[in-house]
Amino acid sequence: MLLAFDTATPAVTVALFDGERVVAERTMVDAMRHGELLAPEIAAVLDEAGLVRQDLTALAVGVGPGPFTGLRVGLVTARTLASVLEIPVYGVCTLDVLAAAAVDDGTVAGPFHVATDARRKEVYWASYDAEGRRLDGPEVVKPATVATDGPVVGRGALLYPDAFPDARGPEHPSAAVLARVVADERAELLDPEPLYLRRPDIAEPHKPKRVS
Amino acid sequence: MAVTDGPLVLGIETSCDETGVGIVRGHTLLADAVASSVEEHARFGGVVPEVASRAHLEAMVPTIERACETAGIKLYEVDAVAVTSGPGLAGALLVGVAAAKALALGLGKPLYGVNHLASHVAVDQLEHGPLPEPCVAMLVSGGHSSLLKVSDVTTGVEPLGATIDDAAGEAFDKVARLLGLPFPGGPHVDRAARSGSSVAIDFPRGLTSGRDLERHRFDFSFSGLKTAVARWVEARERSGEPVPVADVAASFQEAVCDVLTRKAVDAAVRHGIDDILIGGGVAANSRLRVLAEERAAAKGIRVRVPRPGLCTDNGAMVAALGSELVARGRRPSALDLPADSSLPVTTVVV
Ligand SMILES: [Zn+2]
Repeated sequence: MLLAFDTATPAVTVALFDGERVVAERTMVDAMRHGELLAPEIAAVLDEAGLVRQDLTALAVGVGPGPFTGLRVGLVTARTLASVLEIPVYGVCTLDVLAAAAVDDGTVAGPFHVATDARRKEVYWASYDAEGRRLDGPEVVKPATVATDGPVVGRGALLYPDAFPDARGPEHPSAAVLARVVADERAELLDPEPLYLRRPDIAEPHKPKRVS
Repeated sequence: MAVTDGPLVLGIETSCDETGVGIVRGHTLLADAVASSVEEHARFGGVVPEVASRAHLEAMVPTIERACETAGIKLYEVDAVAVTSGPGLAGALLVGVAAAKALALGLGKPLYGVNHLASHVAVDQLEHGPLPEPCVAMLVSGGHSSLLKVSDVTTGVEPLGATIDDAAGEAFDKVARLLGLPFPGGPHVDRAARSGSSVAIDFPRGLTSGRDLERHRFDFSFSGLKTAVARWVEARERSGEPVPVADVAASFQEAVCDVLTRKAVDAAVRHGIDDILIGGGVAANSRLRVLAEERAAAKGIRVRVPRPGLCTDNGAMVAALGSELVARGRRPSALDLPADSSLPVTTVVV
């Protein structure tokens, strides 16, 4: 039984996958409350499926890129749960999950891009072939520098219609797709390390200000 | 010796730059593992929240494992998980809270989201046994400076006073920088002060004048003191004379400790309380301990200060409070427990 979740976007999405099908899934969109929503959602999908924690055999987690605070909630939850349950945890680039969803839904046919909201007027960005294999990225960029008339999947496309007029597919990733991606090894399986793509904002301190 | 008395509680603390995981059984400390990112912050002269949050994520699981190893226990034996829910740096708190939820979920055990300040009080029982209740608690660190009346550490914590500007530890950091001493400033100022004279310079004592006492009897202010030290050092530099670092450190430290201990003793006398408990990083200051004991003894008041390792932020203090909550049958937190960066001191369990 695979438990999958992703907190790299405003969506907190959780799913249970039994090897063949998704047996429970929950998604809530609230960019400010990842820390509050994730654990109750995990408990809820287990309940809904009539399972207990000991039934879990593996974890899958979206490793971003994404705004740091929410992203860390998913990663520390995955690492700690994996440690206490003594089960493996697989990381997947969150943009790859959006790409897989767009391909499976048939919302894209040829090559396309994925863009999610990186805040500060930037997007997390990656490029894919028609099968959803990542060709380039992820990186964090200003929309204008990668503007395209081609199809762009994800919330980032909707936020910047001038740069991305052809917005397609799902806005947010789904843990159900994440679970399938891991089960089918459709994307590169990564360690549960965050893809921050940005260095922390820090400035070397100035000399103490004079007061007299 | 196997300790079998009381609940086995694991506590997680990530309110600032230390990733702390402590394990206690009842009042017995079994493990206190701390991973600190202080060196990453040192060159910035203060804690950088995003750097601290990243470090918490990396340190969390290894620190939990190290604590279990030291305590000689397996995670599944833990009876409850406690975690600092606030106050503190929002992003840093969130990592600890999420980890604690994952532990509680994975173990099927209750979760207690607790107040960082109440934990600073509870930790003393690991060293000196059951807490004196009621007591006056003085918590002084880089993040807090408060006087509390504690009638029951699990339900009855009442603020008497707090700093109206800088925290005491912050003043130590800023003065250390003025004097060219490293971050964090507390221990370095303490060391430098040992060879200086505490009466060399008469630095101001904030909120101790008659009028201030009417409105701020148990409050603190360290901003004016910090500025006075800066002015004094600048005047010296301008005149081309060397700055007597040891004397400045000793006189500054005396001003801080004088105000802190005076107000703590006054609070105890005013409320008819016989015990003062001191916690937080500044409690490790050697002069503060000596002066507090001297002044309290003169009024027949006892002073309890945990050893320095338990005064600074750590997981053991959270576990200690958790253990008390379990022992006194308090209700655990829900899984949607938030991290609350400005959690009021009166809320012991969220
Ligand atoms: Zn503290």
